[in-house]
Amino acid sequence: MEGLDLLMHIYVFVLAVFVGFELITKVPPTLHTPLMSGSNAISGITIVGALISASMDMYTVSTWLGFTAIVFATINVVGGFLVTDRMLKMFKKK
Amino acid sequence: MEETTLHSTDIVTVISYIIYLISSVLFIFGIKKLSSPKTARQGNFLASLGMFLAILITLVLTRLINWELLIIGLIVGGLIGAVMALKVPMTGMPQMVGLLNGFGGGASALVALSEYYNKLNDPEIAFYESTTVTIVLSILIGAITFTGSLIAFGKLQEIVTGKVVKYPLQHPLNALLLLGVIVAGIIIVIDPTMENLLLIVLAVSLVLGVLLVLPIGGADMPVAISLLNSYSGIAAASTGFVLANNMLIIAGALVGASGFILTMIMCRGMNRSLMNVVLGGWASAGSTGPAVGASPKGQVKSVDAEELAMLLDSVSSVIFIPGYGMAVAQAQHAVRDLANALEKKGVKVRFAIHPVAGRMPGHMNVLLAEAQITYDKLYAMEDINDDFPNTDVAIIIGANDVVNPAARHDTSSPIFGMPILNSDYAKTVVINKRSLNVGYAGIDNELFFYPNALMYFGDAKEAMTRLTNELKNL
Repeated sequence: MEGLDLLMHIYVFVLAVFVGFELITKVPPTLHTPLMSGSNAISGITIVGALISASMDMYTVSTWLGFTAIVFATINVVGGFLVTDRMLKMFKKK
Repeated sequence: MEETTLHSTDIVTVISYIIYLISSVLFIFGIKKLSSPKTARQGNFLASLGMFLAILITLVLTRLINWELLIIGLIVGGLIGAVMALKVPMTGMPQMVGLLNGFGGGASALVALSEYYNKLNDPEIAFYESTTVTIVLSILIGAITFTGSLIAFGKLQEIVTGKVVKYPLQHPLNALLLLGVIVAGIIIVIDPTMENLLLIVLAVSLVLGVLLVLPIGGADMPVAISLLNSYSGIAAASTGFVLANNMLIIAGALVGASGFILTMIMCRGMNRSLMNVVLGGWASAGSTGPAVGASPKGQVKSVDAEELAMLLDSVSSVIFIPGYGMAVAQAQHAVRDLANALEKKGVKVRFAIHPVAGRMPGHMNVLLAEAQITYDKLYAMEDINDDFPNTDVAIIIGANDVVNPAARHDTSSPIFGMPILNSDYAKTVVINKRSLNVGYAGIDNELFFYPNALMYFGDAKEAMTRLTNELKNL
């Protein structure tokens, strides 16, 4: 990745932060815990990087670091989405 | 980008980029649908669909090299995550979220380290400065998130002390360590073969995570958890920079923004700056036990269940104010029973929820939802505070500092300026507590001595059940 590419990624990052601000300010306080656990599951997107790094070489240090990252990120993803669903199921209106 | 791993712009790569775009859009829609409890569950599903698609296309991209490892990793992680998610009680939600933040951060640091070794061991790959910068940042943020979240988990689980921990040279030490990491990072960018130095950066970052969260007191955890949530997003985004993957950057940025906004809401709820919370906060905070120099304002009036039931039998409106004490006593179901008994007698029942009640944002709402109290009865502070003067009885269950009127007028109080629930404006305010002990801020609550205040002592769950029975027997 060269300097100019980095700049393009920073563009994307900054714009996404603004989208995030717009979206999150509309979430009511009553849903703040599910918001946190759900967005937390989204941050488990690192799993994509983990899969790529674990499959890069045949069993080197990189592979094992990537493997551990897969386990961590999957706990984050599966645990996060499931627990969020469990909570949201309980929110009922009369 | 990433020709080395993705083998040029073949059709699979193009498809993967399209899928990643779809995933990013699904994440955005998922969060958008969290703006109402009606659509929230669907939103969570859309986000998980986005994640599923991203994982699937990535598996295709890897051309299943080391496929057995990938599958084992996914199954092991998936099982652990599923068991945690299904077993955790609703009162344990802050710990759960704390732990999940940590795993996300840890994964980011590991991926960055893996990428580093991959580039180091392959002479054909050039080390661009920009890549090395992002690797160092990813390791720093990921490692801090990892150990910081573990400490936060420990504090919430009461394995680690919930008190404000001060250690000698706290701030200079942390500043020095951070400065050291930055200098080491610059050296690594100049000479990327400095493998041992990178491992030192990792080790120091792990230590920093512990040192930064340790001083934060138990009731400040809503801020700490929100902040770590934000970090876990930034960590994911930084992994996106390492891998030159826009989807990771977008997803990470969304989560980073989310955590940051929640952090700010929590700080505003306590009328404190982020720096004040992060750097260790109130000197008196976190101490328990009787207030020093208690009862300078006279005697408190205490009532028993029978008297209270008779009072409640003749009122028309009640507002409940739940706090962390309700969570500790697991009293949400007992509170629901009392609310139902009151409604049966025609009483208007509502719940007032302070932004920092509990140990994480929205903690009380989840517990009350678990007890099947419908969300149209739950009111945010600013939506109900003006209604207290027209309310017959406010019942405070396990809350303290968030109803302390000293925040309004006592300029010497550590909580002065903090927005509070105006429970004292109700005609009668009933306070259920186990004792007269101080709240988190370590200060006496003058509300207990007010002429319209009644103390109803006892464990929240047991006290509410007793009151409900008395009410039914009338």
